[in-house]
Amino acid sequence: MKTQKDIDTNQEYKYGFTTDIESIRAPKGLNEDTIKFISNIKKEPKWMTDWRLKAFSRLKKLTEPNWQKPKYPKINYQDLYYYSAPKSASEKPKSLDEIDPKILETYKKLGIPLQEQKRLSGVAVDAVFDSVSVATTFKGELDKKGIIFCPISEAIIKHPELVKKYLGSVIPLTDHYFATLNSAVFTDGSFVYIPPNVKCPMELSTYFRINASETGQFERTLIIADKGSYVSYLEGCTAPMRDENQLHAANVELIALDDAEIKYSTVQNWYPGDKEGVGGIYNFVTKRGICKGKNSKISWTQVETGSAITWKYPSCILQGDNSVGEFYSIAITNNHQKADTGTKMIHLGKNTKSKIISKGISAGSADNTYRGLVDINQKAINSRNYTQCDSLLMGNKCGAHTVPYIKNKNASSTIEHEATTTKINEEQLFYCNQRGLNQEEAVSLIVNGFCKEVLQQLPMEFAVEAQKLVSISLEGSVG
Amino acid sequence: MLEIKNLKTSVNNKTILNGVNLKIKAGEVHAIMGPNGSGKSTLANVLSGKNGYEISGDIIFNGKKINETPIDERAQNGIFLAFQYPLEIPGVNTNNFLKTSLNAVRKAKGEKEIDTLNFLKLVKEKSKELGIDEKFLSRQLNVGFSGGEKKKNEILQMKLLEPKISILDETDSGLDIDALRIVADGVNSSKTKENAFLIITHYQRLLDYIKPDFIHVLSDGKIVKTGKSDLGIELEKSGYTNL
Repeated sequence: MKTQKDIDTNQEYKYGFTTDIESIRAPKGLNEDTIKFISNIKKEPKWMTDWRLKAFSRLKKLTEPNWQKPKYPKINYQDLYYYSAPKSASEKPKSLDEIDPKILETYKKLGIPLQEQKRLSGVAVDAVFDSVSVATTFKGELDKKGIIFCPISEAIIKHPELVKKYLGSVIPLTDHYFATLNSAVFTDGSFVYIPPNVKCPMELSTYFRINASETGQFERTLIIADKGSYVSYLEGCTAPMRDENQLHAANVELIALDDAEIKYSTVQNWYPGDKEGVGGIYNFVTKRGICKGKNSKISWTQVETGSAITWKYPSCILQGDNSVGEFYSIAITNNHQKADTGTKMIHLGKNTKSKIISKGISAGSADNTYRGLVDINQKAINSRNYTQCDSLLMGNKCGAHTVPYIKNKNASSTIEHEATTTKINEEQLFYCNQRGLNQEEAVSLIVNGFCKEVLQQLPMEFAVEAQKLVSISLEGSVG
Repeated sequence: MLEIKNLKTSVNNKTILNGVNLKIKAGEVHAIMGPNGSGKSTLANVLSGKNGYEISGDIIFNGKKINETPIDERAQNGIFLAFQYPLEIPGVNTNNFLKTSLNAVRKAKGEKEIDTLNFLKLVKEKSKELGIDEKFLSRQLNVGFSGGEKKKNEILQMKLLEPKISILDETDSGLDIDALRIVADGVNSSKTKENAFLIITHYQRLLDYIKPDFIHVLSDGKIVKTGKSDLGIELEKSGYTNL
């Protein structure tokens, strides 16, 4: 069991380098030395260093994929820093006065408490603040049930048998350029293990893990739900994160054994760039889950409102018989944002089921693509897929595209695909206006209605904020 | 309360209203009848501020010219339009819509927003008066509602918002006799000395239940005849062609 002292020690470790910031930043460039530097600073065992190096040697043979719809300028990988310790208190903004008032306005609209606003915007906070005690109480409850929830760097040292067994088992080292890059240089992320027949008593969230902030561009998450267990995991936070990194190439792996269920919810609200499309995050994330055991279930829910480019396909490999994969997605693009997102459902086991509900909303000059693969293999008899893709257009400069790939290799399986594209209806707006709602309230109401099937998949406390976020992201999109 | 002076409107250079004059005082019920295409619905839309019309003339509401006032502001100030074809808004819970609407209006009036508990109490009471099953209120707004249910929902909104002037655009069309009576009762029970009604209809039968103080006949974008409530009965017999 982790004690307050351990947490304190951990804190010291994390901020221990801060006297000389240069000394804890890896030199620029992507090479073996950088990887060894990261591995060394994290005090990793040799097997982990070797694993990273193996990924790197593979990376050298790979090229960046280029089939996606949104194009981006070439990234110079030798010009990036791959490790930089979290900022010291002296470098951080001193108070909220130094934060962009626009971000603060958003916090206010989302109803985020002041202390939390400071944490999110990276303001230096006193060593003792509420979340430390929250985290400790929370940790005690999880420990009692045998649940492991810690930074992955800690898991590599404390639980090597689990990490060795599962890391890279869903997203192999050889997968594709960004995933392999992540395997070579990942800095931190979350690790979750739920023991057999344990229902995790609370929503696990990075919110409670004080170490989670500023994990950098290459986050790595690994969640294992052992037989008969259940976990709901919330990634990120609805408030905009102050984040200066340009490229985000995270990897998330989920493993569900027999009769286990994992629910993974994301609300992504990273910097989308300004109104003219300058700046913003490239969110190139690989998320994949495997329903390894029979009767297992993985459910992805994502609300993507941020980033300049969102390019990701949270996927399910349905290996166990009777396993279920679900994907619920809202992707909102405004101004010059671009999204190419969807899912892959790979049916391998018998009687496997998948469901895809995708809601794409484009406004301004944005471009939104749903791209999805449903692949039902020969042995996956009596399998089913249901896909529904709805696009909503606002204005006449934006775009919506639906690109479904459907492969069915046996005759006993059923696939349904429904797609609609609609423009926000003038008559509906008139109706709402006539009932006293202003233009923004009316748009928010109609769009939230459009997204309802997905929003209701989110855990309660998340759903309320996500609804507000949907409205905020579309502010000013209807003249 | 509402005064319309020489109101002319056109869409894409096509004239629809061609000099309408009308004065409605608080406590009055006016009916507008007229053949198809005479501009009845256009009048309702223009009064509520719908976009897409070129207008000239004056619309004066409570002493202020509102020609340029946006739709939501007019609604907040007490102009209510019961739609001929109420819109379906998928995914939006009816109760939630009603509450949002009521609070928008209350806020504009400088009143406190109503909390959920009191709202539910209020909406329960009002829907009972109209014989609306509570189950409807938890359904998506107008989605899958029958014609009659949609119209009753409009009257429910009217009763909740307590507007100064209610414009009913062919609310009676497509209603069976029971629903018609409920709608009429809804209007009659909302009548006070402070509010007014403008009822647009094709048929006398609604006016059997709601007794208007004045009936106007709109034809080719103009009010061609104004009379008391017996004008409706006369029209029912002889039609519009003889006017």
